Amino acid sequence: MRDHAALSEEFNKDEARVDWHDETLWFIRQKRDRAVHSIPEWEWLRETGSQIKNNVLSNLSAYLEQFEANALKNGIHVHWAADAQEHNEIVLSIMKRHQADRMVKSKSMLTEECHLNDFLAKNGVEVIDSDLGERIVQLAKEPPSHIVLPCIHKKKEEIGDLFHEHLGTAAGEADPQVLTEAARQHLRDTFLTRKVALTGVNFAIAETGEFVVCTNEGNADMGAHLSDVHIACMGIEKIIPERKHLSVFLRLLTRSATGQPITTYSSHFMKPREGQEMHIVLVDNGRSRQLGRPDFRNSLKCIRCGSCMNTCPVYRRSGGHSYHTTIAGPIGAILAPNLDMKDHADLPFASTLCGSCSNVCPVKIDIHDQLYKWRQVLVKEGHVDSVKAAGMKAMAYTFANPSVFEVAGKSGRWFMKNFPSLVSNRLNPWYKEREMPEPPKESFREWYSKNRKKV
Amino acid sequence: MSSKNSILTALKANQPDLLPLPSLAVPAAEPFSAKDIIEKFKTTIVTIGSRVFDVNNFDQIREIVVQQFIPPARIVSSLGELSDIAETNIADVNPHLLENIELAVLKAQLGVAENGALWVPEANMMQRVVPFICQHLALVVNRKDILANMHQAYEILGNSNTGFGAFIAGPSKTADIEQSLVLGAHGPRSLTVFIWG
Repeated sequence: MRDHAALSEEFNKDEARVDWHDETLWFIRQKRDRAVHSIPEWEWLRETGSQIKNNVLSNLSAYLEQFEANALKNGIHVHWAADAQEHNEIVLSIMKRHQADRMVKSKSMLTEECHLNDFLAKNGVEVIDSDLGERIVQLAKEPPSHIVLPCIHKKKEEIGDLFHEHLGTAAGEADPQVLTEAARQHLRDTFLTRKVALTGVNFAIAETGEFVVCTNEGNADMGAHLSDVHIACMGIEKIIPERKHLSVFLRLLTRSATGQPITTYSSHFMKPREGQEMHIVLVDNGRSRQLGRPDFRNSLKCIRCGSCMNTCPVYRRSGGHSYHTTIAGPIGAILAPNLDMKDHADLPFASTLCGSCSNVCPVKIDIHDQLYKWRQVLVKEGHVDSVKAAGMKAMAYTFANPSVFEVAGKSGRWFMKNFPSLVSNRLNPWYKEREMPEPPKESFREWYSKNRKKV
Repeated sequence: MSSKNSILTALKANQPDLLPLPSLAVPAAEPFSAKDIIEKFKTTIVTIGSRVFDVNNFDQIREIVVQQFIPPARIVSSLGELSDIAETNIADVNPHLLENIELAVLKAQLGVAENGALWVPEANMMQRVVPFICQHLALVVNRKDILANMHQAYEILGNSNTGFGAFIAGPSKTADIEQSLVLGAHGPRSLTVFIWG
C-alpha cells in the first residue's frame, strides 16, 4: 500500500490543479472566518460545545441506554453493532426482511467507514447515493475526498463527462446549474421508487430519543419521507444529552463547515411516519477503545464539520485521497490509527504541527497535540519505517553530544560547499521542489566565541 | 454477550470520571430591540437566497401567490384561509402522488433571526414530504414569533414530541460542483417568507 507521501506526490504532479485545490479550500476557510467573526459569543459557543461533549464522553454508556429507552418508546427499532461487519449485516437483514434489493442513501460517513456500499453490492443490493457530491464520486467509482465536500477534488469538466456517460447530458456540458438539474431529475425518480432509505445522523438526543439530520440539498428528507423503511446509522459518539444542546451545536456546525449560518434543513426525527418502519443502528467500531486512550479520547468529540481539513496546509496541497482512509485531514489522521495502527502509521506524520486545525475546531479538539502524541506511540510500537527511525536516532545522538554536533556541522558545511551534488540530488528528500541554501561560513557557536572576545 | 452489553461494558470501563454539563446562559450579548430582530431576520433570509414579504392579512398572501402561480399549477396549503386557491386536505394522499406540487404554503411556528431558519412541526406540514418535494415553498410566520437566536428557539420548543419537525433556512441548495452555488438541488427551488401581522 502506498503511504501519504507517495500518494501526495501523485497528486502534486499537476501543479495547477494543486493550486486550484488549495485556493478552493482556503476560500471556504475564509467564508468560515466571516461567519464566525459575526458572532461575538463564538468562543463561548466553542467552549460550551467542548464541555457538553466532555460530559457526553464521561457518561456515554448511560446516555446511550437513555437514548435507546426513549427511541423505543417513540416506536423506533434500535440495533447495536460492535463493528463494521455487524453494522452491515444488520442493514442487510432489514433489506432482506422487506425483500428490498434497492436503497437510496443520503450522506453517512459511518457507512463509508463500514464500506456498506461494497458489502450490499456483493449481496445483490443496489445503493444509490443521493447527495450530489456523493453521487458524483459514486459514478466515478471513487471514495469521497472530503467529509463535507465529497468531490472537492473534481473539476466541473470531469463531472460533465461522468454525467454525459451515466445521465445522458450533452457532451462537453460543464455548467454546474445544468449538471445539478440533471442530477435532480435523475434522483427524483430514485426517491420515488425506493422502499428503503438510509440516512446518517448528525446528533441523537438521549433525553428525547430523537435524531437530527442536517443537509442543504434536502436529500435525506426526500429519501426518508417517501420510503416505507428508514434506517439511520450513527456512531455511538453522536449522542448529546438534551434537545436544548442542539442550539449550541447547530450554531457551530455549519458556520465552521461552509460559513453558512445553518444548513438549509435541520430535520428532527422523533417517531416514524404512520405506516413507516424506522431503525437506528448504534455502531461502536473502535470508538469504545478510543475512549480508553486518555490522550486520544477527545477525538470522539468531533462533529464532522471538516474545518480542520479546509485550513490544513498539508490537506489542501495533498488532497483527501492521499490519506487513504474514510476521514481525511487532521481529524482523520488522529482517528485512523485507532482503527488500524499499522496501516495508518504514516498519517500523524502528514502534518506540519502548525496548530491551525486546533484553532478552528468548533469543539476544541487538541488535534495537533494528538498528532504529535500519536507519532510517539507509533514509533514505540514499531510502526515507523526503519530508515526514518534510524535517522531520528542518529539525530537524537548528534543533538545530545556537543562535540559530535560540532563535527557534524563542520563537515556538513564543508561538503555542501565543495561537493554540492552530494546534497542537491534526488536522493535527498529536502532537495525536492526546492534549492538547498548556501552553506553558512561558520556556525553560530564559532561566530559567538570569536565575537565575544571583542566586547 | 450481546453487542449491546459488550459495548456498554467497554464504555463503562473506559469512560473518564463524570464531568459536569455547562450552563447555556449566553454571555451578556448586546440587547436587540424587537425591530432590530425583525430586520436581522429579513437580511439573513435574503442573504441565504429567499424572498421576504411583510403582509397584514391573507388577502395579500393570496395576491402575491396568484401573481406567480397560475392554474393549473398545483398549490397546497396548511392554512384554511387559502382554501380557495389551494388544496388544504391531503392527509390521506399517498406521498408519492405529491410529486407534482408546484407550491406549498405552510405555517411556520417560529423564525430565528441569526440564521434565517424557520421551525415547521409535522402538524403544519400536511405530510412530512411536502416542504421537501414541492417545487417552491412559502412559509408564513407571525411577526411576534421571530426570535433572536437558536437558544431562544429551543426554549420555546422545549421537549414537545411532534413526531417530526424541521428548521428550514432558504431554498434547497448545493455547491458540490466546484463550489458554484445552485438553488434547487432536490428540494424547493425557491423559498418565500411571509411575515404576518
